[in-house]
Amino acid sequence: MYDFKTINGLIELAQKEELSIPEVVILREQELSERSEAEIRELMKKNLKVMKEAAQKGLEKDDLTSISGLTGGDGRLLAEAEKDGKSLIGAVISQAVAKALAIAEVNAAMEPIVAVPTAGSCGILPAALLTVAEKYEKKEEEVIDALFVASGIGLAIAQQASVSGAEGGCQAECGSAAGMAAGAVVYLMGGDHNQLASAVAISLKTVLGLVCDPVAGLVEVPCIKRNATGASNALVAAEMALAGIESVIPVDEVIVAMKKVGDALPNELKETSLGGLAATPTARKIENELTLNN
Amino acid sequence: MSKLSLLDIIGPIMLGPSSSHTAGAVRIGNLAREIVAEEIEEVKFHLHGSFKETYQGHGTDKALLGGLLGLSTADPKIKNAFELAEEKGIEFDYLPVELDGVHPNTAKLEIKDRTDKTTTIVASSVGGGSVVIKQIDGINVDLNGEYHTLITLHQDKPGVMAKISRVLEEDELNIAFMKVLREYKGALATAVIELDHNLTTKKLRAIKEIAEIKEARIIKPVK
Ligand code: SF4
Repeated sequence: MYDFKTINGLIELAQKEELSIPEVVILREQELSERSEAEIRELMKKNLKVMKEAAQKGLEKDDLTSISGLTGGDGRLLAEAEKDGKSLIGAVISQAVAKALAIAEVNAAMEPIVAVPTAGSCGILPAALLTVAEKYEKKEEEVIDALFVASGIGLAIAQQASVSGAEGGCQAECGSAAGMAAGAVVYLMGGDHNQLASAVAISLKTVLGLVCDPVAGLVEVPCIKRNATGASNALVAAEMALAGIESVIPVDEVIVAMKKVGDALPNELKETSLGGLAATPTARKIENELTLNN
Repeated sequence: MSKLSLLDIIGPIMLGPSSSHTAGAVRIGNLAREIVAEEIEEVKFHLHGSFKETYQGHGTDKALLGGLLGLSTADPKIKNAFELAEEKGIEFDYLPVELDGVHPNTAKLEIKDRTDKTTTIVASSVGGGSVVIKQIDGINVDLNGEYHTLITLHQDKPGVMAKISRVLEEDELNIAFMKVLREYKGALATAVIELDHNLTTKKLRAIKEIAEIKEARIIKPVK
């Protein structure tokens, strides 16, 4: 049985069986789905392809707008500024942020994306992972392995807490996505198990309590920009962990804390658009305008 | 709940923007298409709760319709669902509704097919793209579209279920889940039987030949 409920459980299983984390995650899926390893890898390859296409579309299309007309084009704007040498924070983070915006904008424009873990947070993992993979010229198979690492992390979070904004607030969506991305990047860069666990813990800790408050109920404001900060969060956490910085609170305790915080959040702040940014005067105005236009 | 697959975490591949309001809506349309199983002439989507509030911004309207036309959650053609439906001569309309005691993301579909029959389906999108068909023609069913499902309408007499089970057993079909509902006290009952594998046309015929069975249909799972 290759099953695990926690990140620690996943790491222990890998150590005991002398397997890599992607191997454990794939074996678990084989047992669960009766699919072969080749089939599972093929499905992941397809996911990667859609991620790349979404990033490209978001960065290149010059008339990208959401159905509501509220958002679109910001990823491109940032990518152009970076190309013009105007980046303040450096190429890797700037490019990752641009990609995260671009993919989230593609999502809002009703184009194909991969929900990781959800559609609302779909930009974070691909943006962080693809940017690092490009910079360090990682092979496709390595990136696919990193995606399996990300799914292992996501599974541990989903089983101990939640990956849905309606259940746990945005910490559960954009937070989990950042945790998955941070761990995947550490794996891709050859970090060890402790570093991986610390990266996930650090990225989750920084967004603990983040509420889900989509303006007018649409997955656009603040979601798209939270994808941007989610990608940078993942890279900052990975950078720290790879340098040997540890999380004082172990990762699974952080996940359980996130679950408790999520439970304590009032309904107003869990995707109902009754509180937070969704209840600001400007948000209400946007909401009214959208209703009138309809 | 069944165990989470890694494909629930990385995936599905879908059209944005929302797994519940877009991908889930497509799957509701897909299942409704399976249930009706006839060429569709006209459909009215009665939208409740959050579906009613945000259906245009989330593309729920196109998603429901596209699903009904048989498009999958990842098919870019969903964006053109209105045009596609018009080409096929299907009339469609979206109306607000207040339903009692249902999930906030719920739609009631009133579908008229080319045989002039109208089917009413109540379905909810319950998160992450998962959906539940709550009612078909006023009968509670609770279908999630993950299995091959046999739905019967039969006279509520002792021994009917045993007869159905016997037919299924001959084919070594595993029953994943079974529920019998008595909506019309003493007269008619509905059985919802989720199966691991599909039922052959022959077996379906054998079930329909059971004297007490009024109607039987099989609904294929949707991805
Ligand atoms: S604010 Fe809510 S809807 Fe938007 S990304 Fe965060 S969890 Fe998802």
